[in-house]
Amino acid sequence: MKKTPLYEEHIKLNGRMVDFADFKMPVQYSSIINEVKGVRESVGIFDVSHMGEIEISGSYALNFVNWITTNDASILKLWQVQYTTMLYPEGGIVDDLLVYRLPDSYLLVVNATNREKDFNWIINNKRGNVDIEDRGDDYFQIAVQGPLTLDVIKRITLKDPSDLPFYWAKEEFISGNKVLISRTGYTGEDGFEIYGDSPLGMKIWDIVMDAGETINTHIVPCGLGARDILRLEVGYCLYGNDITKETTPLEAGLSWLVKMNKGDFIGKESLIKQEEEGFGRKLIGMRLESKSIPRHGYPIYKEGEKIGEITSGTHSPTLNYPIAMGYVEKPFHKKGTKLEIEIRKKMIEGEVVSLPFWKNGSIKR
Amino acid sequence: MEILEELLYSKDHEWARQENGEVIEGITDYAQSELSDIVYIELPEEGIEVRKGEAIGTIEAVKTVSDLCAVLSGTIIEVNKELEDHPELINKDPYDAGWIVRIKVGDPEELGTLMEASEYKDLISME
Repeated sequence: MKKTPLYEEHIKLNGRMVDFADFKMPVQYSSIINEVKGVRESVGIFDVSHMGEIEISGSYALNFVNWITTNDASILKLWQVQYTTMLYPEGGIVDDLLVYRLPDSYLLVVNATNREKDFNWIINNKRGNVDIEDRGDDYFQIAVQGPLTLDVIKRITLKDPSDLPFYWAKEEFISGNKVLISRTGYTGEDGFEIYGDSPLGMKIWDIVMDAGETINTHIVPCGLGARDILRLEVGYCLYGNDITKETTPLEAGLSWLVKMNKGDFIGKESLIKQEEEGFGRKLIGMRLESKSIPRHGYPIYKEGEKIGEITSGTHSPTLNYPIAMGYVEKPFHKKGTKLEIEIRKKMIEGEVVSLPFWKNGSIKR
Repeated sequence: MEILEELLYSKDHEWARQENGEVIEGITDYAQSELSDIVYIELPEEGIEVRKGEAIGTIEAVKTVSDLCAVLSGTIIEVNKELEDHPELINKDPYDAGWIVRIKVGDPEELGTLMEASEYKDLISME
């Protein structure tokens, strides 16, 4: 098992450590519910150094990134960030990721669980004059998320980052240390993600925490448990659950990440075919009437017939009712459709609702 | 981790408090801490007969779900209805306000199969 640069911090904070994607990671520190609440109402801080970073440089870098991803990287301005997917030729998803356009390269930030797979995939599909470097161990990554995040971050950066738009990044200095900050996150709240050289991780974490104390803003350390609920409450997909090798971006409601008119990319033909022929299932959001919690793998029924499966589910602490995402056969994906979910041999009624479940986040679009 | 001397314990991490031929059952401090963030509990009906070790309810925590097993055989004579609206009482106060059911003991000899506090302490130190 590997440790992130923040490992000692988690131990100091009494984090409950679990094995996740080859790393020892905190699943929670105090209580998952309190951590979620901290992010929705104030500020939460997450060690996300387990995420992978792959750097693509060279004269063909842009063309290559556009070849392996579905979104159009050519529209990115310097320091702009883009959410995208990488596909298999068959149209299934290799990973969902962020692409940062940096001065001399494109930085791909990939899921922790897919680091090795993605790197190998990219290497095996290499085209043209590009350098592909696995930078995953070189960087720490800290996410600071919540409606009051800006108050904290502007105290520690050299320049006020208030004007940094959603999905833009910039180079910054925190106590003289060079970092990359971006207005991004996985919670539906306003927030920043901070990247820098791994040995600086602990120091930057402490500086953020101290800044919170100075301005009397409570910053709650959050583990993987809270991170999973926060993303689910705003309907963000989790690779391995809601999107996999077996699902396409069209089925997952991620067609906004696919730019058919940008030129060729891996998986394009399969998606065109799927668009033309149509497809039978769709990823939907569901709200349950009971208090039982729907979980990954639970079957979904319509009038006694199985029509789908839950991919992610939880009790939403923010909304105070159970929520779930899952694939269902058409036409049962339509908003308002009543469905049943089998939870420990009982049929529990649910209703298809629009995503995100939690619509009042502080995110700046 | 709090373990009360005066209680008896099961290997499934339930505790039993004896009171005139009845036992009050709950889950231990260790169990609530492992589950953490309990958000819903499905309680058994009052009046039903249960056998020791049988699943009589379900405890839903944010990250996981766990069966509640009968600590002894007998009849469920009362359930803690407070838990329907406040399941978090099990996290906050597992040995008192977070009690779950009251059982009229069917077979007093079964009490001998439960663990004393010291044995239970050994059990969780191994987990």
